[in-house]
Amino acid sequence: MSGNVSGNVSGAIVSIRNVVRRFTLKGVLDGVDLDISRGEFVALLGRSGSGKSTLLRAIADLDHEAIGSGEIYVPERISVVFQDARLLPWKTLLDNVTFALKGPDARERGRRALEEVGLGGRETSLPQELSGGEQQRVALARSLVGEPELLLADEPFGALDALTRIKMHVLVKRLVSVHQPAVLLVTHDVDEAIVLSDRIVVLDQGAIVADICVDLPEDAGERLERTADLRRRLLAHLGVETAAPVADTALS
Amino acid sequence: MSAKTATILHPEFPDYAGPAPGLGYHRPKASLPEPQVALQERGTGRLGLGKGTPWGWALGPLLVLVYWSLGSLTGFIDSRILPAPWVAVTTGLELFEEGRLQANVAISTLRAAEGLVFGVSAGLAFAFLSGLSLFGGYVFDGIIQIKRAIPMLALIPFFILWFGIGETMKVTMISILVFVPVYVQTHNALRGIDLRYVELAETMRLNYGQFLRHIVLPGAMPGILLGLRFAVMAAWVGLVVVEQVNTTSGIGYMVSLARNYAQADVMLVGLVLYAVLGLASDYAVRLIERRTLGWRRTLAQ
Repeated sequence: MSGNVSGNVSGAIVSIRNVVRRFTLKGVLDGVDLDISRGEFVALLGRSGSGKSTLLRAIADLDHEAIGSGEIYVPERISVVFQDARLLPWKTLLDNVTFALKGPDARERGRRALEEVGLGGRETSLPQELSGGEQQRVALARSLVGEPELLLADEPFGALDALTRIKMHVLVKRLVSVHQPAVLLVTHDVDEAIVLSDRIVVLDQGAIVADICVDLPEDAGERLERTADLRRRLLAHLGVETAAPVADTALS
Repeated sequence: MSAKTATILHPEFPDYAGPAPGLGYHRPKASLPEPQVALQERGTGRLGLGKGTPWGWALGPLLVLVYWSLGSLTGFIDSRILPAPWVAVTTGLELFEEGRLQANVAISTLRAAEGLVFGVSAGLAFAFLSGLSLFGGYVFDGIIQIKRAIPMLALIPFFILWFGIGETMKVTMISILVFVPVYVQTHNALRGIDLRYVELAETMRLNYGQFLRHIVLPGAMPGILLGLRFAVMAAWVGLVVVEQVNTTSGIGYMVSLARNYAQADVMLVGLVLYAVLGLASDYAVRLIERRTLGWRRTLAQ
């Protein structure tokens, strides 16, 4: 049996030990160990079917249809951003952000959260009036308004166009630096992982095959070179062999 | 050329006396006139329903009324078989002056309203019990499906045995007729709540009360209101059945009495009353629908 116990083990905010999940139809985890420190931004990279979403759902305690074993320790306040914004269509933006909050200042906090994602003044709009990117920004506001210690994001930008995605990356970086939650971002986008995260964990066939720290140097030229190198290594782990020049042009 | 330098120049014509005849060119005096752009509504797409008109639904009934009026005027429709439409109005006024009309409508409305209140409350209660809990579903849903399969008319003799022939029996009958659509639609709507929203509620750590209030109730509201639309109609239709059994008041009584004396005009008044009351209550529910479900984007908009 899996146990989701709130608690802190040896400085890590998330601690996962030998987690196994089996589904009748899709997705497996085969003995995953992972620690995430307070405030750390971890990207979980993998091909489709690698088990990355399965791991995220296990940490979010959303995988009751699976059988499994292992220990998962998570902090008290977790929030999840899904690939779809998952806003309640019958609630205004402000209500979508605040409906789980308690306390007299809930609406004020919601207003500030919407302002933070650039949607101040749109409090009474309905989700259907927003573009996909705007909806996902509301979802971000909703997930951060409760000041989570851990933010789980399951390919949150997967359904957005390339330009909107770049804007979202900038926004997420800013929000994370303000609120400082630990983040586990599930993605299949190598560049997104490099741009956003402190650390990249690669999952393949339900097991972690790489755990790479992203500490790119300040110097621009060196940075570009190291990024290209990191990108090549990650793609190799994902089973994509690229020639070096191709990787460089794609990044520039 | 950059965007900043791309200004449009309006050259001055110092020696220009006036507009050249036949040329649609006018020298600007103080400023250029505002561009006149005629904006118009562009309707919906090829597969949409197009723009509606507020009273569009009345077209069909109006056509029937025209056909009926013409038939009565020309004698094509025998007045002994179906009186002319205006007879409903004149007979109605006569009945109103006698005081029979309002007395019967009042008692019928009371019965329908009582049945509606009991039936809707019970329908909602049982739908939530069996829709939101597996055990509740195992206990109640089967019973209610069995009840649905038994015709109402076949139950009347038993209801008379159990509840007598007084008001209790009548209101109970109407309640049950109202109960069924409310239960079926609400149950269906509750079981159809999108699992994605349930997941969201779990990740947001909502307690059960918050879950009901923020996710379940608004999510099921379209189904509940659809059930309510069936229910108000069922309440009026139920009157026809129960007011023909040992009754001395109500629209149904008025109609069955008229049937005994072959008073086609009074029978017609009864039918028109049912239609008006039914339509009015359906309209009321649709008003509620429009207020509460304003967030929906559907084909009809």
